[in-house]
Amino acid sequence: MLRFVVSRLAQAVPVMFLIATATFFMVRLAPGDPFADEKRIPEEILANLRATYGLDQPLAVQYGRYMRNLLRGDLGPSYKYTGRSVNEIISQSFPVSLELGLEALVLALLLGLPAGLVAALRRNSAWDYLPMATAMAGICLPAFVLGPLLALVFGIWLGWFHPMGWNVASDRVLPALTLGLYYAAYIARLTRAGMIEILSQDFVRTARAKGLPEHVVVLKHALTGGIQPVLSFLGPAIAGLLTGSFIVETVFFVPGLGRFFVNAAFNRDYTLVMGTVLFYAALIIVLNLAVDVVQAWLNPRAREAMG
Amino acid sequence: MLLDVDNLRTYFHSRHGTVRAVDGVSFSLGAGETLGVVGESGCGKSVMCMSLLGLIPQPPGRIESGRARFGGVDLLACSASELRAVRGCRISMVFQDPMTSLNPYLRVSTQVVEPLLYHKGLSQPAALEQAIAALDAVGIPDAARRIHAYPYEFSGGMRQRVMIAMALVTRPEILIADEPTTALDVTVQAQILERVRTMQRELGTAMILVTHDLGVVAGVCDRILVMYAGRIVESGTVRAVFGTPAHPYTAALQKSIPALHRKGDPLYTIGGQPPDLRREIAGCAFAERCEFAVECCQRPVELRPLTAEHWTACTRRLAGDITLPGAGTTSR
Repeated sequence: MLRFVVSRLAQAVPVMFLIATATFFMVRLAPGDPFADEKRIPEEILANLRATYGLDQPLAVQYGRYMRNLLRGDLGPSYKYTGRSVNEIISQSFPVSLELGLEALVLALLLGLPAGLVAALRRNSAWDYLPMATAMAGICLPAFVLGPLLALVFGIWLGWFHPMGWNVASDRVLPALTLGLYYAAYIARLTRAGMIEILSQDFVRTARAKGLPEHVVVLKHALTGGIQPVLSFLGPAIAGLLTGSFIVETVFFVPGLGRFFVNAAFNRDYTLVMGTVLFYAALIIVLNLAVDVVQAWLNPRAREAMG
Repeated sequence: MLLDVDNLRTYFHSRHGTVRAVDGVSFSLGAGETLGVVGESGCGKSVMCMSLLGLIPQPPGRIESGRARFGGVDLLACSASELRAVRGCRISMVFQDPMTSLNPYLRVSTQVVEPLLYHKGLSQPAALEQAIAALDAVGIPDAARRIHAYPYEFSGGMRQRVMIAMALVTRPEILIADEPTTALDVTVQAQILERVRTMQRELGTAMILVTHDLGVVAGVCDRILVMYAGRIVESGTVRAVFGTPAHPYTAALQKSIPALHRKGDPLYTIGGQPPDLRREIAGCAFAERCEFAVECCQRPVELRPLTAEHWTACTRRLAGDITLPGAGTTSR
């Protein structure tokens, strides 16, 4: 198991290197630069700024210096948020995104798993059709529609929650719901499909033939296999929840990393774009690895193969 | 009688019509007796067995009629919890494919102790001890250690031994074995059957053995049911049915055993296909493939006694119109 983890992490090194290189040159291909602003900045000041950040050097030199700093874990200064380093921005804003993402994930699992399970067990009944139709709507409805809708209904009309902000505990509800519903819907559909597949397996029939109570058949014999599709989906889902919260963060004014990321791209804040991309890439690699480990742990055969 | 099945009908309702998988089957099983059920694929053998234990997926399946009396309970009409108390405890079942019938996610130990935990109320250590003894009894070497392995670490033959041990661990009164050796190697088949026979004798368990291997039936069973298109066409003692088959279908089945032919002879096959079970069949279901069929075969038929221990559904044989060649049973 340890060897598997170590070798997967070793494989991640060239991947990270490629991502860093590609991003470095791609952001610079985009027209404009960090200091091109609406208001004119005198030539001398601009030159001075560029010299300060080393942007006057040849690209190869900039690249070499960036990679050297990267190896030390230094993501450089932000060009736009003066006086703050990229490391600082990430370490300050990511916890907010992390909290939002985890709350959305818990919500998605709490809603999706039971709904899918019930739908699979009461197939072709109202217990199946109603949650599945809702799930379909949940998948189709984009966050920029759902978010304002929830804010309008629960924030303004009903007044149960603040329509935006990130100050008190109840402010977490609407953003987490907006972010989590899509994943809840997906998880519900995956759970249903997985459980229906497993419940028709021979070994479930064996469990029934043994005279086991239905809840033992479902929870002990069928569930492990039935939620495999959900587990595979959790890797991308968690990554998506942690990185894809930009819209939600914007709608509800949540001070998370997602907002910094997109603003950085608009501002051509090269180092912040690079830093965020690399951070997200590392996050996705680690999450996928974690999901593989959990999945292997649930599947005895794969566990063996990993040594 | 230990088990008395009367007029069992199991239909499957689909968009393309109603499939009459089991259509009016009656038989009984005595304590300790071994009953063979033979017939070609799709004739309703497995569905019949699974109907008895309520293992038919409903929908699309439905038990349309019938009674199955087992020790004062009607298995087809009793409550779900009554049925659960019987399954895996007093009536156990072994399935055809050992590769898929064990749960790949759970250790063998977990699976074999389950009947003991849920039916006998044993503690985990006591159940584990009995489970190890059961695996030992079906010939799994080093059972005390192997029991903690996962199913994928066992070969097909060994998995079927696990299935048999699991089925017999509660000392059931009836073991339903649905083609237990079909998926196995020929060399392993004989060992497994022998093991089941030994266990059966030791525990006094009655057995319903579903198979399409007539040789197995001849060697193992006391009585035999021959099924065709969801109905029983002939039943009786092995000696009577194989010695003097009383239904053209049985005779034809026997004729198709390759071992009974001289080397080099063309293999005998029964012409035509089994009937489409979505169609209502008024008369004898075998009539359209039967060399002896005449007009009266289109009228409703029923299983009637030829002698006390030999019944047939062939109208013409019952009337004494035809004589069928006996193949000589155990001369393999």
